[in-house]
Amino acid sequence: MAGTDPIHQFVIYDIFKLFTIGGDGTEGSGTDIAFTNSALFMVLTVATVCLFMLLAPRKAAIVPGRLQLSAELLYEFIANMLRSSAGTEGMRFFPFVFSLFAFVLVANLFGMVPYFFTVTSHIIVTFALAMLVITVVLVYGFMRHGVKFLKLFAPAGIPTPILFIVVPIEIVSFLSRPVSLSVRLFGNILAGHITLKVFTGFVVTMGAAGFLGWLGALLPLTMGVALTALEFLVAAVQAYVFAVLTSMYLNDAVHPSH
Amino acid sequence: MDPEAAKYIGAGIATLGMAGAALGVSSIFSNFLTGALRNPSAAPSQVGNLIFGFAVTEALGIFSFLVALILLFVV
Repeated sequence: MAGTDPIHQFVIYDIFKLFTIGGDGTEGSGTDIAFTNSALFMVLTVATVCLFMLLAPRKAAIVPGRLQLSAELLYEFIANMLRSSAGTEGMRFFPFVFSLFAFVLVANLFGMVPYFFTVTSHIIVTFALAMLVITVVLVYGFMRHGVKFLKLFAPAGIPTPILFIVVPIEIVSFLSRPVSLSVRLFGNILAGHITLKVFTGFVVTMGAAGFLGWLGALLPLTMGVALTALEFLVAAVQAYVFAVLTSMYLNDAVHPSH
Repeated sequence: MDPEAAKYIGAGIATLGMAGAALGVSSIFSNFLTGALRNPSAAPSQVGNLIFGFAVTEALGIFSFLVALILLFVV
């Protein structure tokens, strides 16, 4: 069953080594920093997004052609979403939210191409993105509002005795934000890819069983097609949800008392 | 009990969590449909909230699937 093992698609391997941190120069000591397949696809993702956004406004016209229209639609979509979640002061985070959305969307979609590596299927990548979001929220909140940022945990209009219960609950729910943000994206993409690999593995297994096997293999093949369509939808929806949640958390930083 | 067997049993039990997620997702869509059939002109403006609510609820089902996958392939 080695060929249809669903975990093999997530293995990270080095393309070329860069340098080693720590250790004493002998083989196997210290941490090797290498350019991995994950790094390659992250670079490809960023290059694709930049290329698209740079090429689209060439020959900019009042009545846009297809490329310009698609870039404008993407821009408007994220701008409207951010403005409605975080208000006009939140619009200063538009480059950040747009970059996050574009990176997650293109990284997820690249994962759907056969033989490409899915960058967001590793918890460390999604956790890095989520920690980036929470760090921006905390740093901006404290820079802008000082200690009054902590009023986020004590919503307005609550009688004092209940406050002793509500504040710890609010703190715990705030601390769970990076965890849920990262695990949501990671879990959706990982689970989708493993399920797809398992079902398409059934096609291979049944196809090895003669003529009846080939007929029977049509069922997991149909399921595989349906799952691929679902995976494209999940790729887009998870990118959108990541961006919407980022906007909501930024709204908490910009207007702390909800 | 042999750890291999415990892994498989644990993975099976972990999938029961998806029942709650399924109820949650169906609740979101059924409420959206109820509202949309009463006020069809307001429905398109709420599709964004629909997709967002669906994704956040589905995440919890995926978390339980993730526990099952971790038990099967990582532990």
